[in-house]
Amino acid sequence: MGHDEYQKHDAKILTPSFIVLLTLTLIGFALILLRFVKGIGAVSNMSDGYPWGIWITYDVATGTAIACGGYAMAILVYIRNRMHYHPMIRSAILTSMFGYGLAGFSVMVDVGRPWNAYNFFVPSKWQANSAMFEVAVCVMAYTTVLIMEFLPAILTTLEKTEWKTLQHLLDRVYSRLGMERPERIGDRLDKVKELAAWARPRLDKILIFIIVLGITLPTMHQSSLGSLLLIASTKLHPLWHTGFLPLLFLINCMYIGYSIAILESVLSCYAFKRPFETKELSGLARIIPWLTVIWLSVVIGDLAWRGQLAKAVSFDFYSRFFLLEFCLIAGGSLLLFSKRRRESIRWLFVSAALIVLGGALYRFNVYLIGFNPGKGWHYFPALAEVMITVGIVAFEILGYQVLVKILPVLPKLHTREQLAEAHQHTVGKKALEH
Amino acid sequence: MAKPSRRQFLKIMGATGAALLAGKKASANEGHKINNETIGMLYDATKCVGCKACMSACKRVNGDYGSLSYERAKFDTDGLWDAPEDLSGSTRTLIKLFKQSEQEWSYVKYSCMHCQKPSCVSVCPVAAMTRDPETGIVDYNKNTCIGCRYCQVACAFNIPKFQWEKAIPQIVKCDLCKNTNLPKKGISACAEVCPAGAIMFGKRKDLLEEAEKRLRENPGKYINHIYGAHEVGGTNHLYLASMQFNKLGLPTLKEDAPAEFSEKIQHTIYKGFIAPVALYSTLCFIAVKNMKGHGEAEKEHDTKTDEGGDH
Repeated sequence: MGHDEYQKHDAKILTPSFIVLLTLTLIGFALILLRFVKGIGAVSNMSDGYPWGIWITYDVATGTAIACGGYAMAILVYIRNRMHYHPMIRSAILTSMFGYGLAGFSVMVDVGRPWNAYNFFVPSKWQANSAMFEVAVCVMAYTTVLIMEFLPAILTTLEKTEWKTLQHLLDRVYSRLGMERPERIGDRLDKVKELAAWARPRLDKILIFIIVLGITLPTMHQSSLGSLLLIASTKLHPLWHTGFLPLLFLINCMYIGYSIAILESVLSCYAFKRPFETKELSGLARIIPWLTVIWLSVVIGDLAWRGQLAKAVSFDFYSRFFLLEFCLIAGGSLLLFSKRRRESIRWLFVSAALIVLGGALYRFNVYLIGFNPGKGWHYFPALAEVMITVGIVAFEILGYQVLVKILPVLPKLHTREQLAEAHQHTVGKKALEH
Repeated sequence: MAKPSRRQFLKIMGATGAALLAGKKASANEGHKINNETIGMLYDATKCVGCKACMSACKRVNGDYGSLSYERAKFDTDGLWDAPEDLSGSTRTLIKLFKQSEQEWSYVKYSCMHCQKPSCVSVCPVAAMTRDPETGIVDYNKNTCIGCRYCQVACAFNIPKFQWEKAIPQIVKCDLCKNTNLPKKGISACAEVCPAGAIMFGKRKDLLEEAEKRLRENPGKYINHIYGAHEVGGTNHLYLASMQFNKLGLPTLKEDAPAEFSEKIQHTIYKGFIAPVALYSTLCFIAVKNMKGHGEAEKEHDTKTDEGGDH
């Protein structure tokens, strides 16, 4: 596995989708500004009965699960030692970095008194009984770890860069001002290059310990995301309130992680007109049903043990959502048991999408749909509240789109012939699909 | 190479599951002990006349301390009365009237129950919610609160309220006048002003004794239950009433504190931080071994291609 395992995607940054995503991002951020001026009530439908709305449910509880691609891939590559998946890990880590970073950001939008958040670093304020404390500290640590895991991509780029765009820009600025560009700027830029070249091999040496930390931390906080709702024994519907919440959330984030790695690869290959990584993806897809089978067995076994199976099939409001979640996950996994489907990009995409939807619905069920604080309380997200979440998601996709074009993130395509062959393959596929 | 590491991986997963299972089982018996020396209030709904003097006393005394503002009702265009609809970011205590029929009705007072094992204290990540071990008062500190509202999610009585309309919001709930009336007069403001003797203030053991006495001496007058004596592990705010408590908006709850259950599981997983450290070391061992195996294979490859190895 050499240096050239990854490559930049050579394409224009300013595309139509860039503009759309940027608009959505700006709308979202304008609404966030409004929230800080006029209070949370001005932009959201949250209430004292439903103090957690879609910001916590989607951005944090579901968003971090969807961002578990990096975690799931790291387990596969470094623990199960399937190094041939290594080329896929950087883009998975990039999505994780955005997912977690922005989850942290949206928490700061959601909490009422963010300026007090420094208390997480004050030992006398630590409250080890609180699952929230564990989640907060772990998520902060994991975001840092993800940035470090992604650092090699940035450092390699810094090492090689000639700063053309920046030099060009500086020249223009200085000529506008009617001045010579000072020498020391060039020196400084060279310093950065040297520093990057110095740091990268050193980082490489300890990176494995950071990567393993990046496996330990999600194992801890993803289970704790389930623990958060353990306390709500009187509010969370018995279909979902169980002592197994931590275990269920942990397995849930793993199969979501592998599924999202598949979706992300298919979508970016499609969008960037690269050949599909069919072989790797069908390998990934083989793992998923095993995880979902364990998960589904725990769910069923636990319901049976607590005597709630009848509630699950009673077809009331809660039962319907439970069954929908169940069918999406079971259906998606069932598709993946067939080797033929695992080798078809279309079926891979469909089944991974079903599993991500089902897995995400599970988290929505636990945090919102199955949550009932009592008579008289209702919650449905406000438009502004949704637009803030949309803005944050748009920003994630935007960041991914831009970074794969300026940093070596995507797996390297080895030869021109390979590219051409793959291209023909996809063209042929598409022709068949139409 | 793949097979042993898969087995190790499954072992770790199994261990996590076992820890969770153990947590579930361990939660059965060891419970917390109710401390009857703490202070609280006994509200007797049959004595309450619904004058709401307690509500206005609460706002008068705690107004500045808890930033409690007056709430205008929809019908009150001139803003003549303080007429809160429910407990809120401006109201810590509230009297409501429940009418079953023209003959059967009851007042009920809402405020923080000051649980013996409070969920809000258990879940607060930065210890902004605290329970005084001596007085049993569950108090809130806005200077450490981050506004995550987990206390609201956790409270079985839906008591902590949040100031949704403020740019600088805080959580609002009764603190038994801990910083206002209590140090000055030794009694909470609501209990002090009650003209009907519906609110009795004092030590929990005295309140329980009095409540039992009233139940004994007035057979048939009350529902034969002291609400709060055992609910969610016991509360310091106790209730007597002539109507079913769940009709008065007081939820039917089990005797075990939800916090006992959740803390058991959380503590089993994180006891002494052993499991996370063990997990990290095991994973490190496997990963380093895998990397080494891979590195050797790569060296052979490198001598052929003459290229330095990345990770």
